[in-house]
Amino acid sequence: MDSTAPGWDNTGLHAMIPPTATAAPLLSAHRLAFLRNDEPVFGPLDFSLGPGETVLVEGDNGSGKTTLLRVLAGTLPTASGDVRFDGRPASRDSRNGRVLWLGHRSGMNAALSPRENLAFLAGLYGVRAGMTAARAMARVGIDAWLDEPLGTLSAGQKKRVGLARLLLLPGAIWLLDEPYANLDRHGIELVNQLIAEHCATGGAALVTSHGAVQFADRAARRIHLDN
Amino acid sequence: MAGTAPLTAHAVPAAREVARPANAFAACRALLRRDFTLAWRRRGELFLPLLYAVIVAALFPFALGPDPQLLGRIAGGVLLVIVVLAMLPALESMFRTDLDDGTLEQWLLAPQPLALLALTRVIAHWLTTVLPLIVVMPLLGALLDLRVDVLPVLMLALLLATPLLVLLGAVLSALAAGARRSGILLALMLLPLAVPVVIFAAGAIAAAQSGMPYLAPLTWLAAALVLAIVLAPLACAAALRIAVES
Repeated sequence: MDSTAPGWDNTGLHAMIPPTATAAPLLSAHRLAFLRNDEPVFGPLDFSLGPGETVLVEGDNGSGKTTLLRVLAGTLPTASGDVRFDGRPASRDSRNGRVLWLGHRSGMNAALSPRENLAFLAGLYGVRAGMTAARAMARVGIDAWLDEPLGTLSAGQKKRVGLARLLLLPGAIWLLDEPYANLDRHGIELVNQLIAEHCATGGAALVTSHGAVQFADRAARRIHLDN
Repeated sequence: MAGTAPLTAHAVPAAREVARPANAFAACRALLRRDFTLAWRRRGELFLPLLYAVIVAALFPFALGPDPQLLGRIAGGVLLVIVVLAMLPALESMFRTDLDDGTLEQWLLAPQPLALLALTRVIAHWLTTVLPLIVVMPLLGALLDLRVDVLPVLMLALLLATPLLVLLGAVLSALAAGARRSGILLALMLLPLAVPVVIFAAGAIAAAQSGMPYLAPLTWLAAALVLAIVLAPLACAAALRIAVES
């Protein structure tokens, strides 16, 4: 990408965001960059994510997609530029549990069942209105495994438990790192459905993909990361 | 449902409606319940430190000869060292699996003070791995001919010293969590911190054995414990952040 042009906008968001959303987007990044050993991994990037929006982060392996999401989630320090949540600088207080992270690792203990894992996370984050662990598991189609140890489940089933976590916890901003990995055709459809439903209720999602999977919403804004 | 997205997108932010908002008390309770469930699943592993303590305490009389006076004199110190050594291996894995499976990332993103979660983890760890060691102390004391009137002082010293050691160990465990094979590293780092704790605990036991007032060293331990309860979780939280960020 052209990092020298001032005010470069990767997404053309001025044309697409309605005026109400620009007041305080859920998440916005301004000239965000990350350095590893003084080598730029990505950026500088400018983008914002308002309620109901999905942004697709594209790029080849090693182009910094996961790193970008980790910087936004706050599990990596920001090298330069800034990240804002609701217009407030990113911090534990401004994130305040509204960021849900789905990565390569399950974030759950293999010796505990999905029910026990979800109960623990519900204790940490709270629970979305009208949702229970059992209902979330039923929605992603694996309620039969609610009481099996997570370690005995297949990679695709674990991914689905991760999706159930997204449904159960009340965070509005989903940061999904390769949510399609390990999933079958129906699972991929399910992810697209869940993202669409989440956005329809005022949530937002930032989704990374290496481009092998057809993303449902062809009109979704894209951030392209180059090596 | 998905088809209506463009119209309803900015109307109703239902995703932010929360049925049960997060609160720190619920988070601590959920973490305690989770850790107790895990401990119960791995109760065989938890039994090992206990077995170790019993075996060492049982071997001492055979190695030193059955002289009740000699055994009674060294029993307090020996039991103290046995407990410290028995609790050492478990300290290393305090945050290890949670770092490896991504649970710590979830801790960091949760709307809860990380230090409070770290303190809760310390409490759960102490209750599941160290408290059983203190509970069997009367039995081990009998094996080593510990005087009955010294036993309560030993138990009290352990009740103050072991939480302190677990708090210190938690900070070091969080610092070393990112490193592979951190067991040796942790033991080396904990040694200088454990020495004063052992000295004060042993001081109380020695004083009780010689019929002198033993309250002063115990009070020092209690003071150090209070300080550690406040400071160690904060240091632990900072170390956990570093571990996740690397």
